[in-house]
Formats: sequence, structure tokens, C-alpha cells
Amino acid sequence: MSIQEYEMIIGLEVHVELKTKTKIFCGCSTEFGAEPNTQCCPVCMGMPGTLPVLNEQVVHFAVKAGLATNCEIAYISKQDRKNYFYPDLPKAYQISQYDLPLCHHGWLEIEQDQGVKRIGITRIHIEEDAGKLVHVEGKGTLVDCNRCGVPLIEIVSEPEITSGEEAKAYLQKLRAILLYTGISDVRMNEGSMRCDVNLSVRKKGEKKLGTRTEMKNLNSIQNVGKAIEFEFNRQVQVLESGGQIIQETRRFDAANGKTFSMRSKENANDYRYFPDPDLAPIKISKALRTSLASDIPQLPDARKAVYMEQYGLSAYAAEQITCQRSMADYFEQTVSLCHYPKICANLLLSEGLRLSSGEEDSIPIQPGHFAAAADLLGEEIINSSTCRKVIQILWKEDQDPKALVEREHLAQIQDKSLLEAMAKEVIAAYPQAAESYRQGKTAALQSLIGQMMKQTQGKGHPEKIREALEQALQQ
Amino acid sequence: MKQDIIKMSVKTLSRCLETKELSALEAADAYLEQIEKKEAEIGAFLTITKEAAWETAKQVDAKRMKNEPLPPLAGIPAGIKDNICTKGIPTTCASRMLEHFIPPYDAAVMEQMKASGVVMLGKLNMDEFAMGSTTEHSYFKETHNPRDLSRVPGGSSGGAAAAVAAYEAAFSLGSDTGGSIRQPAAFCGVVGMKPTYGTVSRYGLVAFASSLDQIGPLTRTVEDNALILQSIISQDQRDTTSLAHPNPDFLAGLEKGVQGLRIALPKEYFAPGIDPEIRQAVKKAAASFEKMGAKVGEASLPTLEYALPAYYVISSAEASSNLSRFDGVRYGYRSENAPSLEELYKNTRSEGFGEEVKRRILLGTFVLSAGYYDAYYKKAQQVRSLVCRDFEQVFSQWDLILSPVAPTTAYRLGEKRENPLEMYQGDLCTVPVNIAGLPALSMPCGFDREGLPIGMQIIGKHFREDLIYQAAQAFEKEAAI
Repeated sequence: MSIQEYEMIIGLEVHVELKTKTKIFCGCSTEFGAEPNTQCCPVCMGMPGTLPVLNEQVVHFAVKAGLATNCEIAYISKQDRKNYFYPDLPKAYQISQYDLPLCHHGWLEIEQDQGVKRIGITRIHIEEDAGKLVHVEGKGTLVDCNRCGVPLIEIVSEPEITSGEEAKAYLQKLRAILLYTGISDVRMNEGSMRCDVNLSVRKKGEKKLGTRTEMKNLNSIQNVGKAIEFEFNRQVQVLESGGQIIQETRRFDAANGKTFSMRSKENANDYRYFPDPDLAPIKISKALRTSLASDIPQLPDARKAVYMEQYGLSAYAAEQITCQRSMADYFEQTVSLCHYPKICANLLLSEGLRLSSGEEDSIPIQPGHFAAAADLLGEEIINSSTCRKVIQILWKEDQDPKALVEREHLAQIQDKSLLEAMAKEVIAAYPQAAESYRQGKTAALQSLIGQMMKQTQGKGHPEKIREALEQALQQ
Repeated sequence: MKQDIIKMSVKTLSRCLETKELSALEAADAYLEQIEKKEAEIGAFLTITKEAAWETAKQVDAKRMKNEPLPPLAGIPAGIKDNICTKGIPTTCASRMLEHFIPPYDAAVMEQMKASGVVMLGKLNMDEFAMGSTTEHSYFKETHNPRDLSRVPGGSSGGAAAAVAAYEAAFSLGSDTGGSIRQPAAFCGVVGMKPTYGTVSRYGLVAFASSLDQIGPLTRTVEDNALILQSIISQDQRDTTSLAHPNPDFLAGLEKGVQGLRIALPKEYFAPGIDPEIRQAVKKAAASFEKMGAKVGEASLPTLEYALPAYYVISSAEASSNLSRFDGVRYGYRSENAPSLEELYKNTRSEGFGEEVKRRILLGTFVLSAGYYDAYYKKAQQVRSLVCRDFEQVFSQWDLILSPVAPTTAYRLGEKRENPLEMYQGDLCTVPVNIAGLPALSMPCGFDREGLPIGMQIIGKHFREDLIYQAAQAFEKEAAI
């Protein structure tokens, strides 16, 4: 038996902090990074006699998330208590939603090599976050209640994801959609997006699902991919060596890329869910639904379709650009000023993505300048490596690229007679390479082209250099 | 004169204060003196806030001297059950768990009390976390029934009822989850009201069972009761289960009498489990209503007998969750013996809670557990709907329901201590009202052969406290008990 005979089935539970100004059940601020225990009150501290009052914006944001992921919105839903003891949970219960979530039966689509795949979304519900435990050397464990009552939505996918790549694409798409709707910052490194992975394996062709494990503590999309890879291999190894998978919660250790057992099902809590008697059912009227729907901007998939149709971008390029709203917005501003949309998109994806190191930061180049750089490449005034250089310069110091090219003499050398003369010199200087080319080793041409590029200080027109060399070599 | 002051109704005292015949300080002193005299034998108070009482009384007097307009309750001395949060003043719920707990906030009703200029005399004893019917489950002390010191005052608002009956407060505020205002009112021979669920904000009332808890007044007269309740009605933004009361004036129609009112006596309320003397006293009251012009007749609430078990399932389930926050981490009692987190939880809660509270937490945890939820909690919620429907049916033909408050008069101290099931049986008549969220008033309607007060219960439709008070006022005048 080998690992190829197994497949993995993955379901993702994603927690997303909503970007409301105040907490879900009280008026405390939700701002990230404040001094410990400065953003809490008797309500979110669970003091005796206090009562929760639902922040309506939380419901609105959650409904938007549902609408943006093609969910059905429950006309009536309720809030339930999830009971367990932990020092970061002041009331010893978390107010969540159990059997009547706000949103259910949705989906989103991911771009895969084999084409588009639809992943089902089982449900989206609202709940309150717990506090944070801070371990301080010499003082023991301290509780910070600032995060208690920060609003969350939990988005549960169907178990329809079958690889780490799909899981990453799902998270990227989900993140993009939520960013577009403006309901969250969706920052995994700050914890405003957290992901738990449920994974089981089975032999291909089997219908029955295997025993699953749940992985927690995944703080980046990359780590989700790594954890899945490790856990898949681990489970297959356990089964191959005659063992059984134990239903348990595992923690991913990013430092060494492994997962470790946290607690098994026997130690699992019985959460004793029951409807919270302090809170009335949540009703979503048709009018509210409609008004929230009208508030949702054009989403990534819709933009992607436009980019493919209108600008001729590949599905991959369109997906990559639209998965960051700031990138897509920038692309739209730039492309309208540019004659070469595909070149513009590719430049943005290569240089733009590289220089911004994948962050959501805005690109520090005026759209008109970026468009002009793309045009210079499109019109073959500069070659692509020069163009990359130009973008790098503009990134540091924004300016008109045409003026830059003129001032720095960056235009590519296209003059045929000049290139021919240069080709002859190069062949004379590297007779061995010329000889092996003539004997049929076409790879030798590359080194000659490289020498030509060196001579032109990288400004030669790559195609025309090749032509000039080939011609000279035939003589 | 001081004896006269404490014997005055709230209404009379209010008038004397208004006309400056008396000062608020004199009124406060009269009550504080009575507390000093009677507390040793009654034991109604857990905390006496003498200094604060003087302070408030002086403020009221100062305003009065300047002829500032003041609410009718300004300067009236009152006691507050110790599960209602009072800013800066211990709020213990009569539990070791909260022995040293001082809330940094006032309950909504306390804010109203303060705005009304009520002079708070102190915090009143109760069964721990309002669980019990005798006030014997207080961690701190026993309270004795002023009518017979060898008897319990009832519970859980035993201190609230005893203080009013012993003239240690002009009125008190209690809380009622399954009869905790009405039963002690009956045992002590005072008037107690459990308003419609949602009438009074629960913000700052330490929760026992959130879907059943309501705050209400205990007084010596019906009119006083109407006056106090009227002043604490509020739709509070901080309590989303509170509602706007559609008929908030209880005084306008108080003297209208019962002519034409339809009063039902459900036969299930007069079953053999109820002491014959009590049945007789309530039936006599019914006859008196009839004599005054009401239409009185028999009705039926077939599911009534299931209300008690449903109540114990629902209230314990909610309590098990509500009381989970007392874990020794942030405030309240913490066990000295806590080498690990798990032991901190276990030992804190084992040592901090009394037997009755632990019994209910265990029961509530059990009925919510995986595999038992449907058989207990869900079933109890279904019973709850049936009980509501029964009441609705009766109320489609009747304006009010008349019943006993409790199957017996006040127990002897210790009588029920070792038998919780018997104690639970005593809630038979009161819990259906909480289950259905209805308003109900308890008032004296006679005495048993030992001279102990017998209480009757007048139940109204949702938000018809006005009709309840109207009938109660007529009876009070007629019977002159």
C-alpha cells in the first residue's frame, strides 16, 4: 500500500473577528492592542446580575457574510449558551448559536488546475470571543479580558476539501470575500481570522468517512497547508502500520511543522448547549435582508469574470488579482489608463505582489505611472527586465517612467546594424561557443545572447539580439 | 410618635413627609430604632446601612426644605433583598461565595430607588441565591417569622417579608422565581407582588433562573404595593427581556371595586394536597368577592400538576449555567486549597456553595447533559407551553384567578430542612405563574387555628396588575385583616 491510495477529506472551521466599534453584548471598544483589562466592563467581565444586549451591527455583518457566500439567511434564529469552565471565559459559558444559525447552506468557488470547484458552506453563526491568557514568568498566568465579547462569526465548510492546496484556495477566497464586504480585517497574524482543520483519510473509492482529528492554532494560510500535509501523512502512516486514528484535538507547531495531541474525545467537554434565556430570538426581516444585500459591493468572482472577458486575463491571473481587494481596485484604476491590460496585470502580479510582500498595503505608485510603465513594455520601448527595474525605482520614488527611461537611457537597443556589428564581435570573442552552436548544440546560443545582453547593459531587445546572432553565425 | 411612624403605610408616611409633619431623618431613625430593637429576634438583615440611610434622609430633607419637587417615595425607608446589586454595598446572595462581594454598580431598580429618594436601611436575608422556601438556606443566619418566632418566614425573600411584617422597613424589594415573594408574604401576613415577566428590569438582579426571575415589592397594604411597583416599572435597554408596560397606572382604578369582574377558582388549586383550612379561607374570600359583585366560578387548569416538575427542571438548568461564573477566578470566594486549575474550580465551588445550591446545580447540569436534554429540558419546555395554553384558556373567560399561595402556613424552623422534596412541594401553587410569566399577588385572607396568616393568590392576565390590585384593594377593605 502506498500513500497514493489514500485521499483526505477536510472541513474547515473559520473564526473571523468582526470589525464593529463595540463588543457584541456591551459598549466596550474592540480595538486591538490596548493595555490589558482596559476595555472591559461588568457585562463582558460576567459580573453577577449583568445582562447581555445584542449589538445589531454584529447581526448585520454576519448576514452580509452569509449573503456574500450564497447562504440562505434564517428568518428567525436564536442564541445559545455553550457551557464550559476556563479562566478566559468569565461567565463560564460562551454565547453562541447552536441549532438555528443566522446563515446556512452557502458556497464559494475556488480556482484549481482542473477548473472551478465549488465548496459548500454548512453554516455561519455569531458568537462572542473569549479573553486571553498571558503567561508571565514569575507571576503565573494572567487573564486579559479585553477580547472577551469581541464579536466573531464562525464559518463552517462542508467536508468537501480534498487537498492542502484546495484548503488554501478556500481560505484565500473566503478572506477575499470578507475583505470586500468590509466586515472584518481578516488578519490571520493578528488573530482576526483563525482556522481549525478537521481532517480524515480513507482509501480512494471508499464511501465511509474515516475518524477525523481537529487541528487548532493555525495562524497563517501557509501553516494550514503544512499542517494538512503533515496530518495526512501521519494518519496514513498510522493506518498503514495497522493502527487506528483517535478522534482528538491536535495542535500544530509551526516551528517544526508537526501536529501534537492536545486532548482526546474522552476528555471532551459536554457543552450543555441551551437557548440563552437573556436574549430574544433574532429576526431578520425581508427589508433588512434586502438593504444589507444592496450594501455588498461587487465580489471577487464577479470582478474576475469581468477581467477575463474584458481584458483577456487568464483565470489564474484574474483570481490572483481579485483575491486582494486593494490589488483589484488598483488594477482597475491602472488598466483604464493603459493600452496593454495583460502586461499591466502580469506586472502587478509579479512586481506588485513581490514588492508589497503580499500585504494589503497600497501600492505607492500613481496608477498613471504604473500604466505608462506597462505601455513602455508593451510598445517594446523597454524590455521586460528593464521594466521590472523601472517599477522598482518607481516604488521607491514615484515619477514619470517615460522621463526616467529617457534620462537614464533605458530604452532598448533595437538598431539592426548596431546589433549585427555587436554579434560579430561577440562571436569573435567566444569562438568555442560559436563552434558548438554550429555543430548543433543550440543551447550554446543562450550564452552568446547573455554576452550580448551584458554588452548592451541589459537594454538589448531580446528577440532582435537572437536574430542578429543567428544571422551572424550562419555567415 | 416613633411607634406611629413605623406603623404608617407608605402612603400615609409619604403624606406626612410631604406636609413636613415629619422629616425623612425622623422616619429613618424610627425604623433604625425598630431594627435595633427587633433584629436580635427576627434576623431579617444581612447588612444595615445606617450611615447611608442618614445621608440619604438628610439629602431628601434638604431638598424638601428648599421646596424642590420630590417623588412620592422620597424619604421612605426600605429594605432590599441581598441578591439585588447595590453599588459599594455588599451584595452576598446570602452565600459564602459572595461574602465579600461589593458590586461596582447598582441594579436598575436601585437606580430607580435612588432617583426616588428612597432611604435604604439595608440588605435583607434570603435563601442562598434565592433557592429555597424557608430562608434557612442562608449561609449567614436564620430569619424568624415575626408572627411566630419558632417558624420560618418563608423564602426565598424571607428577610424581605419578615422586615416588613416586623415594621423594620416600610416596604421591601424581593425577587420571585417560583414564589419567592408570594410565599414569604403569605407566611408573614404581608402583601407581595410578582409582576408580569418583563415588567421590572432584571439588570443587577443576580440571576437564578433568567426566564422566571422578577423583582417585586412586599408591603403591608395593597395600595402601598401598587405605589411601589408603579415606581419601578421600566423598559430597560440593558435588559432585553424587559418590555413596555401597556397599563402602567395601578392607582387610578384602585378603588373601582370588583363589580362585574370574573374570578375563576381552578379546581386543581383546591386539591387534597392543600391544607383544608387554607382551602376554606380562600373559598371564603371568593364568597366575599361574590358578595361584592364579582362573578365567581370554577375553572380548570389540567396541566397544573406538571408545572412543578417542569419548573424544577427549567429553573435548575438555567441556574446551573448562571451560577457557573462563580469559579473563584475574578471575584468572590476562592478556595485556599487550589494547587491546580481544576482543583481551584472544584474546591471553590464545593466550599463556596451550600447544599441546596449544589443540589440545584447538579440537577440542572444533569438535565442539560448530552443524552438527557430531550427527556428533561426539552420536555419541560413543552410542558411550559401547555401550562401557558391552559392559563390562556381560562383567561379567555375570566379576568382573574383566585388560589391559595401555599399548601400550608409557615413551617417550624428546621421542619423542611432535611426534606428538600417536601419543600419543593410547597411551591405547587406559585410556580405555574412564573412558568407562564403572569402577574400574581399574595395577600392575607385569614388565619389558621394556630393564628398563623393564610395567604391567597390573585393571578391576572399578562400586564393586568391593575385588575389584580383593584380586586385586592376591595378585599383588603372588606375583610379588614
